[in-house]
Amino acid sequence: MSALLEATNINKRFGGIEALSAVSMRIERAEIYGLIGPNGAGKTTFFNVLTGVYRADGGAFTFDGTALNVKAPHEVAAAGIARTFQNIRLFANMSALENVMVGRHVRTHAGIFGAILRGAGTRAEERAIHERARVLLDYVGLAARGNALAHSLPYGDQRRLEIARALATAPKLLALDEPAAGMNATETATLRTLLERIRDDGTTILLIEHDMKLVMGLCDRIAVLDYGRKIAEGAPAAVRNDAAVIEAYLGGELA
Amino acid sequence: MDTFLQQIINGLTLGSVYAVVALGYTMVYGIIQLINFAHGEVVMIGAMVAFTVIGWLAANTTLPPLLIVLIGTLAAIPACVAVGYALEIFAYRRLRNAPRLAPLITAIGASIVLQQLAMMIWSRNPLGFPQIIPNTVYHIEGATITLIQIAIIATSVLLMAGLTFVVYRTRLGVAMRAASQNAQIAGLMGVNVNQIIAATFMLGAALAAVAGVMVGTYYGIAHYTMGSLLGLKAFCAAVLGGIGNLAGAMLGGMLLGLVEALGAGYIGDLTNNVFGSNYQDVFAFLVLIAVLVLRPSGLLGERIGERA
Repeated sequence: MSALLEATNINKRFGGIEALSAVSMRIERAEIYGLIGPNGAGKTTFFNVLTGVYRADGGAFTFDGTALNVKAPHEVAAAGIARTFQNIRLFANMSALENVMVGRHVRTHAGIFGAILRGAGTRAEERAIHERARVLLDYVGLAARGNALAHSLPYGDQRRLEIARALATAPKLLALDEPAAGMNATETATLRTLLERIRDDGTTILLIEHDMKLVMGLCDRIAVLDYGRKIAEGAPAAVRNDAAVIEAYLGGELA
Repeated sequence: MDTFLQQIINGLTLGSVYAVVALGYTMVYGIIQLINFAHGEVVMIGAMVAFTVIGWLAANTTLPPLLIVLIGTLAAIPACVAVGYALEIFAYRRLRNAPRLAPLITAIGASIVLQQLAMMIWSRNPLGFPQIIPNTVYHIEGATITLIQIAIIATSVLLMAGLTFVVYRTRLGVAMRAASQNAQIAGLMGVNVNQIIAATFMLGAALAAVAGVMVGTYYGIAHYTMGSLLGLKAFCAAVLGGIGNLAGAMLGGMLLGLVEALGAGYIGDLTNNVFGSNYQDVFAFLVLIAVLVLRPSGLLGERIGERA
């Protein structure tokens, strides 16, 4: 079977800065693919180009066998890619359950007339949305917090709520931008179990993360970006010992 | 005492209409921060379409009056929804990322276009709404309330309850609130934001259609300029309650209706008849000025969670 996501020679410039230059990668199905690199290496830019927040200056994405040609943000979700954000972006004044329900939107259909006329189909669909949202909250371990406003949740819970919201779109690829940032050791361990479970249930994960212990322990393969270029790719053990990677992180030998 | 109660009843009737129209302003503002100044014209179109349908049915059939008004309303709703949708598609969508002044001026332009179109279709004369609802009068404590007033207040309460249900309990409402909090993130989570914005315009226009029928049957008259002043007053009501806030629009509408009615009822006594009840229209704008000076965010503020 073909790779789930194939990025070919992705370029993105901001003025004179080459944020991504000729970045290519293949992400296989049901793997956890890590994307690491020093600050400013272009990891989040890659996410933004992939999800249509920015338009690439060059290159192409093939997703699930077809060319990914995104014109509006919701088409990314419809294609099967969902993401979370480096700085949490929940709908702060909606309940946890409602946040997850928003994610179901793309997989359901009742529109303005359905909402007003409320035929049996609409009512059944809305019950299903509710139910699915509850199942997902339970899946990420927030079953008891459904009615809490998103902004009132503790930090670690907000991170997991973002994942639940993304999962609600029924993605084939779940792109997580630093999900463990700011988490303590216990929260990180819970997160790791959750991510492994998501992968084992068949969803591919693309993971940006700075917590090296988590990345090395969790990822099946890793790509390293530095100054917008991919400098290494492979299994965690190989990447860890790669000379170019060590230089990017620790700096070159003093002359 | 009876003047007071009477003006409360009149004020609630008027306020019901303002509240329903103000909801249209506030919903659109909540989602794209645009003040849709053509909204008053949508109310006018609703009254005009209902006038045509009700007039024809009253002359050519023997259906019961309430049914005729109901059919007139049901005809006005799709017409207004179509106008609301057209406004969003042709006038506003292309200006979504333009500076905020551009869509505002477009809204004023659209309002002029709609007025002139209505004048061409329905003539420049005031059209007498057929008085088909029996003018039954009930007496309470020395004040009177008519059947039409009861119908207007009841209908608007039902509409407000219905809208609250749609916004807080349905898939569409969840998407509307998500888009109003952060359109980009809502988009990335799979919400087709353009569709939601169009739906918001259509919902507001449907409410406007009913408001048009209310005003037409209450005052017994429809005119192609009737939307301007009504629209401005409803806008004042939305600002009074806190624009972008649904509960605020309802509260602001009711309060404005009461202020106007009580003001008109007592201004003569208070000023030795120097000013009469024909100064009624002044109060809405006095309220607007007072709100903008004293509490620009409106009574219920603009707490982002309540926007839709």
